[in-house]
Amino acid sequence: MSSVNYRSVKQITSVLLFVDGVKDASYNELAEISMPNGRKVRGQVLDTRDGLAIVQSFGDTTGMDLGNTGVRFTGSTVKIPVSTEMLGRVFNGAGNPRDNGGNIRAEKLVDINGSAINPYSREEPSEFIQTGISTIDGMNTLVRGQKLPIFSGSGMPHNRLAAQIARQAKLLNSDEKFAVVFGGIGINSEEANFFIKEFESTGAIDRTAMFLNLASEPSMERIILPRLALTTAEYLAYEKNMHVLVILTDMTNYCEALREVSAAREEVPGRRGYPGYMYTDLSSIYERAGKIRGRDGSITQIPILTMPGDDITHPIPDLTGYITEGQIVMGRDLQRNGIYPNVDVLLSLSRLMNQGIGKGKTREDHRGTADQLYAAYARGKELRSLTEIVGEEALSGNDRKFLGFADGFEKEFVNQGYDEDRSIEQTLELGWKLFSQLDINEMKRLKDEYIKKYGKWK
Amino acid sequence: MATSNVKNGMIYRISGPVVTAKGVQQPKMYDVVQVGDAKLIGEIIKLDGDSAIIQVYEDTSGLKPGEPVENTGRQLSVELAPGLLGSIFDGIQRPLDKIREESGDFIERGVSVEPLDKKRKWHFVPKVKNGSDVKTGMIIGEVAETSLITHRVMVPPGISGKIGGLKEGDYTIAEKIATVSGESGTSDLSMLQRWPVRMPRPVMEKMPPTVPLITGQRIIDSLFPVAKGGTSAVPGPFGSGKTVIQHQLAKWSDSEVVVYVGCGERGNEMTEILSTFPELKDPKTGKPIMDRTILIANTSNMPVAAREASIYTGITIAEYYRDMGYAVALMADSTSRWAEALREISGRLEEMPGEEGYPAYLGRKVAEFYERAGMVRVMSGEIGSVTAIGAVSPPGGDTSEPVSQNTLRVTRVFWALDASLANRRHFPSINWLNSYSLYYNDLKGWYAENAGSEWDSLYSRVMAILQKEAEINEVVQLVGYDALPEKEKEVLDIAKSVREDFLQQSAFDDVDTYTSLHKQMLMLKAIIAMDEAESRAVSRGVLVDQLQGTSAKQKIARMKLAKEEEIDAYYDSVAAAVNEIDQIMASKEKVIQ
Repeated sequence: MSSVNYRSVKQITSVLLFVDGVKDASYNELAEISMPNGRKVRGQVLDTRDGLAIVQSFGDTTGMDLGNTGVRFTGSTVKIPVSTEMLGRVFNGAGNPRDNGGNIRAEKLVDINGSAINPYSREEPSEFIQTGISTIDGMNTLVRGQKLPIFSGSGMPHNRLAAQIARQAKLLNSDEKFAVVFGGIGINSEEANFFIKEFESTGAIDRTAMFLNLASEPSMERIILPRLALTTAEYLAYEKNMHVLVILTDMTNYCEALREVSAAREEVPGRRGYPGYMYTDLSSIYERAGKIRGRDGSITQIPILTMPGDDITHPIPDLTGYITEGQIVMGRDLQRNGIYPNVDVLLSLSRLMNQGIGKGKTREDHRGTADQLYAAYARGKELRSLTEIVGEEALSGNDRKFLGFADGFEKEFVNQGYDEDRSIEQTLELGWKLFSQLDINEMKRLKDEYIKKYGKWK
Repeated sequence: MATSNVKNGMIYRISGPVVTAKGVQQPKMYDVVQVGDAKLIGEIIKLDGDSAIIQVYEDTSGLKPGEPVENTGRQLSVELAPGLLGSIFDGIQRPLDKIREESGDFIERGVSVEPLDKKRKWHFVPKVKNGSDVKTGMIIGEVAETSLITHRVMVPPGISGKIGGLKEGDYTIAEKIATVSGESGTSDLSMLQRWPVRMPRPVMEKMPPTVPLITGQRIIDSLFPVAKGGTSAVPGPFGSGKTVIQHQLAKWSDSEVVVYVGCGERGNEMTEILSTFPELKDPKTGKPIMDRTILIANTSNMPVAAREASIYTGITIAEYYRDMGYAVALMADSTSRWAEALREISGRLEEMPGEEGYPAYLGRKVAEFYERAGMVRVMSGEIGSVTAIGAVSPPGGDTSEPVSQNTLRVTRVFWALDASLANRRHFPSINWLNSYSLYYNDLKGWYAENAGSEWDSLYSRVMAILQKEAEINEVVQLVGYDALPEKEKEVLDIAKSVREDFLQQSAFDDVDTYTSLHKQMLMLKAIIAMDEAESRAVSRGVLVDQLQGTSAKQKIARMKLAKEEEIDAYYDSVAAAVNEIDQIMASKEKVIQ
């Protein structure tokens, strides 16, 4: 560590310190800021030149002054100590334990920014993860190594859905080592307690490393928190051969923090004031999911974000959707109708579904069944909005069947209990049961042989 | 390359991927420099007094003011020689497999690897006689590069004269294969050429495109074709299937060489290409399509400046194969990520922004890129082409944003991907009302000659049916379906068949994934024949409801799944089934009488 303690801070904004006379701070270097009252917080170099370094403080800047506040440059980038002991523990946004378990013995110090996985080294994700949730397993299948976010809105049960996935997720015919890494970004203490209780009640807590930054805690920690979580996950996955499920909630708070720094730096804003590099920045988080050839472990990511105003074209969900391999979208109308989980399947998508389903993985008819469910439900919903204008009487008999299908689909297929763990067979059978109320000639997405084998028409 | 006794420049400032250096030796715009002790690769993008502003192609974490900056004195270039095909490069032509050997599964900084294998020997066969006159671009010999492509070794630009020393044999790409003595002296030739990526390679003349790029994708080939040497834009929101369309074109289009640029996209997608392409066979030759493919992968989490360069690296390689006389297709997925890289760098330079923070020169850069496509007479006199197909990822799917608009101004085909179609799982989700191809009229003659003389009338009929459907649907929104006259119900009935049985195509079904032009024509003929039969029936008083569930309908619905080799027989059976519609009509008439 450099011994020079600069006391030449010439400007402090809400989150940035401008330090004069610095000769050789390196870009992205970790800095230690000591306040007059003895409190120390960490920061990171965002811009450095001969004579000036701009440091972003990860902690609260309350009490910092010009003259007595010292900045020391540590000579290394931000690193986190990692160890398998981290499982079962809770950490804060600076990576320090926030439970009473004492410090962990580091097996290794790792740069939290990680490095990009060489696309040549990646292995295509293809192992089906059964979540027990019909809308996901049947129509938006999750596979190991995928990044599949939940796009939610304020007041929706996305946390329950994430907890249910974490509880029920399993690979068929497998008992490999798994772990959960949970990153709570700017969430309130009730949400944090919900997850802690949830993990405790299922016993998963012993296999879980939690990183929590509460709404009342410094917003700048939110920028490093997902990186701490993912660095830990990478260690567990690629060095300890575990299958790690990473849940990050709420990515909207992360993006808000990013915007805060950008505004403080007076950068040219992109859409809605978010920085122009937000796509690149988000990708440096989301792309840290996957599998590597020749290594046993994997990282599956479920980031959760709340869409401001339920607007899917808002920059946060929009840029996320361009990076992740699909999205699970929660719908307001379904929630109002009391349907849980309120997954709007028409807006949802899993890009890696095809790799994880079919004969030998789930069932031979899976693709066709899913496509037919989509097509029939889409038609039913279209007709539903049409009946609002012209009334149900104006529909042909065939159309009325589709209308009935859409209702049945929502009540029986989408709707399920918080503790209901459906097998993939149960999910597909449910789909075939629903098809039987439609005219068999309309089943254009189903192959004849599967209609014969699985069809439930009388 | 600067020698060690020359004084180096020094880093003055680091801000993300942008580094300011002072005292760089003879800095020129777009010179490649080595930055810092780690020798990161960068490019000078602005000069200001004593300062050179550099965009760095690797992560700049840990760089310090005061570290050295060395000017290589040359521009960002690619190496062009046998060995390109089948490779996967990053944005600045570093092979990812070699990077893996150097730095493991994660990409570390400052990895220095050769773009092409300098040790491998290729069997070179001369195609001109010693002593003959050669000039720029002339083909002097051939190398069997892969099972599909013969690499034609050309005289590099700027060299002409009498050739000597040519001999058949095994050479590495750096070895001398000939000498050319001209007025300006004697130069040694090897198979290896270098070319700066930002400069188009010279051609004799640009020619109007007259041949379509046949893709096997029905909506593209039949309704919105792109010409060989043409340009096309594929804008669409996420999840609308841009990448699948690009993959389908890379797999099935009848171009001879494919350059696929994954620009700022997902790592797993590149992996999917890497794992599926080697197993796929070219529909015509049965050879692995990887033998004609070059991949350039700069995923979203790889350095942003290299993303900016990846597009140019890709098109330069495409031009090189075009110069051999090949039809080359370049897919860029996604050009929006490239534009965002421009925006990010521009922001760091504190340039005055244009629309939505994009630099004011965005339109010029987009136009310059697409202008490098074209059907051309190359320097050797042969005909070659580069077709450029760029995906655009507009925020929220709203194509009024700057990248889409600047792209649409210069491209001549627009495949408008539609979220509402994608949500219904109608794929490819190309909206038939908003999309267009300005090449159709240029290509009409080719279609009439190669696909059948009735092609144009089928095309017009189908387009008219789809248009009419949209108009009738507006009425349905007001009065309901039941209130429609039977004639209009019949149009809706046929339009549904066009949409579901023809336009919809599954990329994941073994048969449906590729449809030959012949099969496309038969499918259209079948649907139009059914339309005519149904119209006749309706005009004689048969209700559209009574026409449901006919065997013609069911056969047409399954026609996409009929195998290519059985399609003629299948068409005959459909035609017979269509005739039955007339019989239904006859029997109904009897009842009335």
